[in-house]
Amino acid sequence: MLSIKVDAAAVPPAVLAGMPRLRWGWAGAGLLALAASCGVGVLVGPVHIGVGTVVQTLVGGAVDPGQANILWSLRFPRVVLGVLVGGTLAIAGAAYQGVFRNPLADPYLLGAAAGANLGATLAIAFAPGTSVLGVNVVPLAAFVGAGAAVSGAYALGRSVTGLRSATGLILAGVAIAAFFNSIQSYVQQTQTSSIRQVYSWILGRLVTAGWDDVLLILPYVLLSVVAIYLHRRLLDALTLGEDEVTSLGIPVRRVRLIVVVAATLGTAAVVAVGGTIAFVGIIVPHTIRLLVGRSYRVVIPLSVLFGAAFLVLADAAARTVVAPAELPIGVITAFLGAPFFIAVMRSTRAAAL
Amino acid sequence: MRTHQPGASAKLAVRFGVVAFLSVFFAASCGGAPTSATSTPASRFPVSITAPGGATVTIPRRPQRVVSLSPSATEMLFAMGAGPQVVAVDDQSNYPATAPKTQLSGFTPNIEAIAAFTPDLVVAAEDTAGLVHGVQALNVPILIEPAAKNLDDTYVQIKQLGAATGHAADADSLVASMRSQVGSFVASVAKPARQLRVYHELDNTYYSVTSATFIGQVYKLLGLTNIADAAAGAAPDYPQLSPEYIVASNPDLIVLADTKCCQQDLSSVAARPGWRAIVAVKSGQVVPVDDDVASRWGPRIIEFMRAVALHVQQLEKQAA
Repeated sequence: MLSIKVDAAAVPPAVLAGMPRLRWGWAGAGLLALAASCGVGVLVGPVHIGVGTVVQTLVGGAVDPGQANILWSLRFPRVVLGVLVGGTLAIAGAAYQGVFRNPLADPYLLGAAAGANLGATLAIAFAPGTSVLGVNVVPLAAFVGAGAAVSGAYALGRSVTGLRSATGLILAGVAIAAFFNSIQSYVQQTQTSSIRQVYSWILGRLVTAGWDDVLLILPYVLLSVVAIYLHRRLLDALTLGEDEVTSLGIPVRRVRLIVVVAATLGTAAVVAVGGTIAFVGIIVPHTIRLLVGRSYRVVIPLSVLFGAAFLVLADAAARTVVAPAELPIGVITAFLGAPFFIAVMRSTRAAAL
Repeated sequence: MRTHQPGASAKLAVRFGVVAFLSVFFAASCGGAPTSATSTPASRFPVSITAPGGATVTIPRRPQRVVSLSPSATEMLFAMGAGPQVVAVDDQSNYPATAPKTQLSGFTPNIEAIAAFTPDLVVAAEDTAGLVHGVQALNVPILIEPAAKNLDDTYVQIKQLGAATGHAADADSLVASMRSQVGSFVASVAKPARQLRVYHELDNTYYSVTSATFIGQVYKLLGLTNIADAAAGAAPDYPQLSPEYIVASNPDLIVLADTKCCQQDLSSVAARPGWRAIVAVKSGQVVPVDDDVASRWGPRIIEFMRAVALHVQQLEKQAA
């Protein structure tokens, strides 16, 4: 999967001529949105901590140890985790939509969510509190579950349609997801004592092991984001249609495999620590398509920035709306995301969808 | 290209299923209307017992084949000496060890499986999946004893079960003994100079209990301030707390009711980011309790109360 050299050189410039590049203005807006949401993320929470204290803490000044503890141990890692999870889910969604040329594709398309949920449920129900090499077994099991589900879907789709069409792969993913979901439901039904934790898991939350989780997923997230980013031109080329692209000498199947593996790896990693957070992978790329442009050279980088910003804000809402209680972040992403998306659709009246 | 929709809707269906199931689960733990006892002379059958819903259950003769689908009811029945009359208990009834545990489920009851034990009395904590209707169709009396809201509810339920099984006098003495022990625990914790704060943990995703719950009432009796009460506006009974809030509230006492479900203890709590700063963690006032004891409303609540009272006494000694 690391043969990332099949890039710009492989895409004849003429193919990309009609598709807009990313303008600096939008890139700047994305960075600004991310910075602003991180600012909100570190400033709001059930415990009130002023701007001055936050700045003092960051520059190493003398602050109340209790507040410094809350910032360093809980709030900062949570904001960073939100950046990683949101950015990865959004870019993975954009990548899946490009590879499968399906507007409804999301990071969970090939069964990643079902696999992660099953893995996490099994770990919560049967191996509570255990850890492997110092890492909690729940994220590991979720990671393995997501990987297993997508690999299963890929193998099944390949054996049926030989990957000639994306539809076979998607149907295989649907079947695998249904199968995994049924096992997950059964385990949950029989292990009622762990139902609250499973429920917490499925709706997603960024309350985790602090910096440990950030470090745990960082390599996978970086690998995934970089790999997808390098394929943004090829994703643009794929919009021409499989036959045409193949005639241009672009190895469609290999591109599809690399992008799917990269998106799945990132998804599995972030789902492992954040649970199956809904909607980010669909709403963020489509909002960018509607507001900025359809080219993947625009959608891919902006998805990372705005996806990260969106999730950091959603998490800030999750821990303040009903403070000092919390809401699952999946509730917030869909509750805020769906109306926002509808408003964008109405205001742009995009025929392009 | 609408191929993703089945997957998406299946996912949604699972989520809604979880929510629905969970709400049933929570409803089971937070209870319904308070129960009311009927004064029935001991071991004279038939007896009539007025169920919480208002319906009256008539038990024609002393039951010899009781099926209990409620772990709390199972514990009550065995504690009052009605154990020999119990022929089957549900898969969650793991106490006492001598209880005849079966595959029967109180969450997803199967009427045929219950009927296979030819019961002459069925006891359950909630009427799910048409349980009452189904059991009544078999002409078997069924008693629903829902989650208790406070100790008085528990006493009433013990007396009802005593009347229903011909152990009215045993039930009365069990209740009397519980009452006197609760009284001594409450007396043993002098009015503290300052309010001690408690955080009760249901699992390691920080679900907690407010004073409106059965277990919350116990903390209230012991004069503790429950940090989860501030979140009662979000969820009146079982809010999920923000870790930031827990750390900032700096509880004096942490009660872990997730020692079985999630293997939590003092060291795993101390390892959580930021938790070392909490006074309860620093001073080691982290009390591991049996998840089951802390989530049921049976006679073992006395054990739970004894453990918590002991720590409150220690805290008061430290403060003095």
